[in-house]
Amino acid sequence: MTENSRHYSQLKGMLAISRASFRSILRSPSAVVFTLLFPLIFVLVFGFIDGGQLTLDVALDPDSELEHPVFDSLSRVPGLHLIPGKNKAALLQDIQKGNIDAILKIEAVQQVSDTYYRLELTTHPAAREKGIIIRSMLEQFADKLNLKAASIQRPLVQLEAREARVREYKTIDFILPGQLGFSLLSSGVFGTAFVFFNLRQTLVIKRFFATPIRKPFIILGEAISRLTFSLLGSVFLITIGHLAFGFTLVNGLTTFLSMLGLAALGLIVFMGFGFVVSGIAKNESTIPPLANVITLPQFLLSGTFFDIENFPAWLKPFCKILPLTYLNEAMRLVAFEGAGWSELALPVGVVCLWGCVVYGLAVKFFRWE
Amino acid sequence: MLQPVIQVSELRKSYQDLEAVKGISFEVYEQEIFGLLGPNGAGKTTTLEILETLREKSSGDVRLLGLQVERDAAAIKQLIGVQLQAAGYYPSLNLTELIELFSGLYNAAVDPGDLLRKVGLEDKSKAKFKELSGGQKQRFSIATTLINRPRIIFLDEPTTGLDPQARRNLWDLIRQVRDAGTTVVITTHYMDEAEQLCDRVAVMESGRIIALDSPDALIDQLVATGFERSKEVKKANLEDVFLHLTGHTWQEE
Repeated sequence: MTENSRHYSQLKGMLAISRASFRSILRSPSAVVFTLLFPLIFVLVFGFIDGGQLTLDVALDPDSELEHPVFDSLSRVPGLHLIPGKNKAALLQDIQKGNIDAILKIEAVQQVSDTYYRLELTTHPAAREKGIIIRSMLEQFADKLNLKAASIQRPLVQLEAREARVREYKTIDFILPGQLGFSLLSSGVFGTAFVFFNLRQTLVIKRFFATPIRKPFIILGEAISRLTFSLLGSVFLITIGHLAFGFTLVNGLTTFLSMLGLAALGLIVFMGFGFVVSGIAKNESTIPPLANVITLPQFLLSGTFFDIENFPAWLKPFCKILPLTYLNEAMRLVAFEGAGWSELALPVGVVCLWGCVVYGLAVKFFRWE
Repeated sequence: MLQPVIQVSELRKSYQDLEAVKGISFEVYEQEIFGLLGPNGAGKTTTLEILETLREKSSGDVRLLGLQVERDAAAIKQLIGVQLQAAGYYPSLNLTELIELFSGLYNAAVDPGDLLRKVGLEDKSKAKFKELSGGQKQRFSIATTLINRPRIIFLDEPTTGLDPQARRNLWDLIRQVRDAGTTVVITTHYMDEAEQLCDRVAVMESGRIIALDSPDALIDQLVATGFERSKEVKKANLEDVFLHLTGHTWQEE
């Protein structure tokens, strides 16, 4: 019977699974919430907290005179937010409550033919640091105008202040890679564990076995759909971070693509944890605790929100074995420092090592039936 | 007609300390509806799953369309359709999408609309599997067995738990499939179903086949031994009354 040897394409079968699985993921609220919404919310929150520059609220004393060029230039000083005040007593209350950072009174003093301007600054000890900043800003402002008034082109002393980093390291540059890593971790572990557990329990996989597709292609089909979904999520997150909050992509598109490469590697390793969990879970309700044991410590201790360097010394060695720590580190190195693959050898190597360990366990624990 | 499409000889299957199938032999002919009957635990499902290439046999020889189950499993899978007892389908997909999935899995191009019409589910193309009634679920399961235009389909207790109308609808569907040229192997523990539907039946008990013939012949053999029912049967039974009162078309499910 020659018709028995009809050609069968495993690839076609695999893609059918990928497509079905992708549709299913898009319709599952938890996948969308954990992979897209949560990381996006954190990125938005930290993006707005950062807000670029520090602004200082300075209320103007109601007796101030404001119709002169000095006030005009003062109102153009970046970072100073001048608020017209109406009532002296109310202003004093505001500064005590911390609603405003300082009170400023501007007087124009007439002297024979000249006019000079007197700035009277009131700060509060509760906000001492901000007071000092405002004071030094005003001193700089006064110096600049005084030099100009005295027609001094070349001042005797000039200060040039520089920060060690050339680029500005913003909160978003720390937070976004961490959120990306965590989104990959939860999607890889929870998503994979639930999908394979459920497909096994509801005999969906058994029905697949009755078709000509082979087992590795079932797993590949599922993996491809999760990878596609998570990478789309990563593209979305990085794009929002870059366009809305100025997340640094040092080498532009190359950096972007390198981050996606790292994301794919991370997800594949994390899916291994999911396979292990789906294999050792006795029933559906034991999946979340098992998955949380893997994801929660990494959420807190892998430099997702806080730099590991700030942790107590006894905790650091533990942080430094977690795979997410190294994925986050690699992401930050790529995005901010523009590190090449040679500089990433250590973090990427550790992530790959975890991959070997986890897939070793997955082979042992994963069950088809 | 008398062309065997399934040949089973001396089939055995043992689990750790239990012998579920104890050396059975039978043949299934082309285009017949062949029933495997017997109480729960008789070995029907195990036998079926070995034929479906889903379970390995311990010993014996099993051939489908001349192919050996273990050596040619991949080729056999392309030629058979399988309905599992209580199988689930991929979550959150509708019926059309599920058929597309199976059509990819079998590398077979089918029009989901046509196939759903064939099993009377054309109105349900956008419904999810879990939203279907029991009878509709079974009809959909049978639809998925037809995607690769198989030579043989296997149905494992397709009517368990269905109401009388739904059962009758399913029998009609199974007959249609057979009339279109497909051999049907079915397990059941309802004797009225086997009597109405099957051309031949094998009765299994504790891993052995204890009788194999057409339902009529088996009944005649029993009657010939002088068997008589203790109570004279009326011309109709309560199920006939029920069906008469409620009608039996599958649109009304």
